[in-house]
Parts: sequence; structure tokens; C-alpha cells
Amino acid sequence: MELRSPTDFAKQKVLAVQEYTLLAAQSVGNLFRKPLYFADMVQQADLIGVGSLPIVVLTGFFTGGVLALQTANTLQRFGSITLIGQLVSTSMVRELGPVLTGLMVAGRNSSGMASELGSMVVTEQIDAMRALGTDPLKKLVTPRVTATVFMLFFLSIISDLVGLAGGLMVAKLFLSLDARQYWSNAWQVLVLQDVFMGLLKPVLFGFIIATVGCYYGMTARGGTQGVGRATTQAVVAASVFILVTDFFVTKLLISLLSFK
Amino acid sequence: MSAPSLPIDQTDAVAEQPTGSAIVFEDVHLSFEDNDVLRGVSFQLPYGETKALFGVAGSGKSTILKLALGLQAPDSGKITVLGNEVTQMHERDLFPLRDKLGMVFQESALFDSLTVRENVAYRLMEERGVYDEAIDVRVRESLRFVELEHTLDLFPSELSGGMRRRVAIARAIITQPELLLYDSPTGGLDPVTSNTIVELITKQRDVYRTSSLLVTHRLQTHQFDPQTSQMRVLPRGQYCDVPMTFLILRDGKVIFDGDIRQLAHTEDEYIREYIS
Repeated sequence: MELRSPTDFAKQKVLAVQEYTLLAAQSVGNLFRKPLYFADMVQQADLIGVGSLPIVVLTGFFTGGVLALQTANTLQRFGSITLIGQLVSTSMVRELGPVLTGLMVAGRNSSGMASELGSMVVTEQIDAMRALGTDPLKKLVTPRVTATVFMLFFLSIISDLVGLAGGLMVAKLFLSLDARQYWSNAWQVLVLQDVFMGLLKPVLFGFIIATVGCYYGMTARGGTQGVGRATTQAVVAASVFILVTDFFVTKLLISLLSFK
Repeated sequence: MSAPSLPIDQTDAVAEQPTGSAIVFEDVHLSFEDNDVLRGVSFQLPYGETKALFGVAGSGKSTILKLALGLQAPDSGKITVLGNEVTQMHERDLFPLRDKLGMVFQESALFDSLTVRENVAYRLMEERGVYDEAIDVRVRESLRFVELEHTLDLFPSELSGGMRRRVAIARAIITQPELLLYDSPTGGLDPVTSNTIVELITKQRDVYRTSSLLVTHRLQTHQFDPQTSQMRVLPRGQYCDVPMTFLILRDGKVIFDGDIRQLAHTEDEYIREYIS
């Protein structure tokens, strides 16, 4: 492998950040310029949203269930087993619902976007699109970003709900708790700040998933091997970006919204 | 193979050509890292003329087409296409200009998730938003021109290499562009399929007089006769009757730019060897 100077390496990274920022900004800016490609948005919403539903439901349900199982022992030791509904509820709504949904959708769709757009780049289909007078960012990137943001919002809500259902299953079947009490605790503990945090995160994560996937796809070089590399990089980058963003957004919102 | 029937009324065909040049390259330089691809390339393509670009692989022929379309930007120099200086234009402003151009890519570059019908109709659907009857008529007309009307609902992966090139030609000509760019349209194809494609290009040149840049390795000595709808070999003395010139690139520089007579009488050993 050829060794590169640190200066060249740094320049390349700065250029990549610049290109990503431009792509992300244009994907939003294109929403205010015609044509809007509404049909493409609906198609992508179906692929991303409906297509991701099974994995999001399974992930949410079993995460809620295992959360209840893991914490039951500790809560029992302090005689607070009835608080299990509250614990599952706040954990799922504030954190695990949006983050795990984001990670699952990133694994499924960032890779899909990177490989689809990457294949189009290496087979000159993107150049052909430009030659035919169509802006590929407007036609391909903006619909994917819009659809992912929109659908991840609702997928996270579904994940929260099925996570609570998973916790209920454990509480009822293995801990012999009252179902009504579980739901009542789970519902009453939530405050506006929790819901706001839980609904803001998927919007940010959806934007990250789509822009990162599209960026790696649009910059893929080097034939099928390059497309494979772009696909892997897209999943890794999107997942890490989600977790890092999650930390800073959580910290910021805790400071701003004065959580108890 | 016989020539396909003409799809469009011939009265529309040879429209009066504007004066001047469809493409002007002025001292264009381009390099990738340490590799100088183009070193001061200058030429003009007058309206209504077809210019064949010759040169060995890697001499910058395809790059010239991409520069003319504004898909790449040169390091220096000036490129004017249909009166617009593309080297000074923003990507967003290039899209309306590209509506007036047609490009046939080396590997066809058809959209693999769309059918032949959708590929050919792509530009019209982008304009109108829906696939209507008027578009369907033009799609069939365009596909009839390349003799592939029966492939309407097939996907590009179901076509042979030659058929894909012909669909790419149909896609490029459907809006009757003012300028056509062909990137090795016969490259890698068998002689029979190559002849069919050369015939289509020749017909576009001789019937519609569309200004064209053609990257090729074949010296064309045929003319399309609209009266008989047949190709005919030109007698030696009539080579200059067709609106065709030749440009030869070597090591990123233009070493020849002229018509067939000048090409035939060149003293340059390299050129003589190349065309022999």
C-alpha cells in the first residue's frame, strides 16, 4: 500500500467533510426548488419505512423485554419491582427506541443507498442523468433524505410502543406483575421533555443515515470493489455518527430542558 | 442490414443551420494528478457538421466529450457549446443547456432499474411529469428509428450490448437535440451490429444534419441516401460532399484537424499508419 504524507491525508479528510457538508446542505436546499420528485419520495418512504418495519418491531420488542429482565433483579433487591414500567418506558422513549431504530435502519438503508448510488456512479448512470439535464442530488438524494427523516420518526414511535409491550410481556409472564399497573406507571412517568427528546433524535438520525449513505454512494470510485467499500464505510460511519450525535444531543437537551 | 425506415417527417429533417460553431475548444488543458490528459487542445465544430475524434486509448477522446457536456471542468482554457461558455457556468445552469444535447455513452449508461420505454422517455417524462400518449408516440418513433420497437418493456439487462447502444441512441435523439456526442458507439461490438450503429449515425448526419462529435476508430466512407433509405459507399471523388471532418489526438495534443482529402494527403507518418 502506498504511503501518503500526513498533509495529503489531512487535506483529503477536510475535502471529504466539505463535500459531505455541501451534499447535506443541498439535499435540504433542493426541497425549496422545483421539481420536487414527490413520487420518488413516496417510493423511498415505502422502501425505507415499510421495508424496515419488521426489523424495527423485532428489535424494539426484544430490547424492551431484555431491559425488563436485566433490571428486575436489581429492582427486586430494593423492593421497587413495580417501577419496572417506568424504567422501560423512559429508557425506550428517551434513548433505546430512537438509537436502536437508527442503528437498524442505518445497517439496512445506509448500505442500500451507498451500494445503489455507487453502482450508478461506476456504470456512468449518474453522468447520464446529468447529461439528460437532471440534477442527481435533487432526483436521488433529496427524496431519500426526506423519506428517511419522515419514516424514522414514525418507526421510532413504533419501536417505543413495541418495546413497552416487550417489557409488559416479561413483567406479566416472568415477574407476575399486574399489566394495568405496568402500563399506568409506564405512561405516567413520561413528561414532555422525554417525548421531545425521543422525537427529536430520530429526525437527526434519519438525516444522518440518508446523507451518509448517499455521500458514500455518490463518491464511490473503483468499480465493484469500490462500491463494496463504500457500502461498508457508509454503515460504519452512519452508526458511529448516530452514537456520537446521540451523546451530544442528550447532553445538550438535558442542559436546556432541565430534566429532573 | 437494410436501413430502418425514417421515423420523422423529412420536411422537418434538414432544418436551416445557424452559422458559426456548435462547439469551440480554445487552448484546453486538463490533467489528473501527474498525468496530462489534454495539452492545449483547440478545435471548432461548425453547425451541421460531424467531427470524428481519433486517437489511441487514453488519448483524451472521451474526456473531450465530457468537457463539452460540462461533466468535467478543464484546468484552463475556454469551451463554448451552442454559444454558451460552459467553463464559466455553474452546474445548475448547465442543466438547461444539456437539454439541447444528446450523449451516447461508451457503455450505454442506461438506467438499469428502468425499462427500455422508461429509459427512452426519461427526458420527456422529466419535462412533463407523466408518461402520456404523446410521449408514447415519440418513444415508439425513436425506437423504430433504431429498430427496437419490440423491446419496449424489457430491462437493459435483458438486451445485448449492441441493442443497449441502439437504445442509448434512441434516448439521445428523442428530443432531436441540436448537438450529439457519441462515445465509441461501436466499440467492442461485432461487425454486423457495428454497421447498424454506423448506419444510424450516418443517417442522423446526412438526413438531419445534426452537429455531432463522434469518438470512433472507424473511418466512415458511406453516405445515407434518403431517397432509397439505403447506405451507399461514396466514390473516392465525393468524400468531401459529406459534412464530416476528422480530428486526431496524440499525447493530449491535436495533431490533425481537417477533412478526408487533407487526411488522405497527410505526410505525417503516425497519421498514415493510424488510418491505414
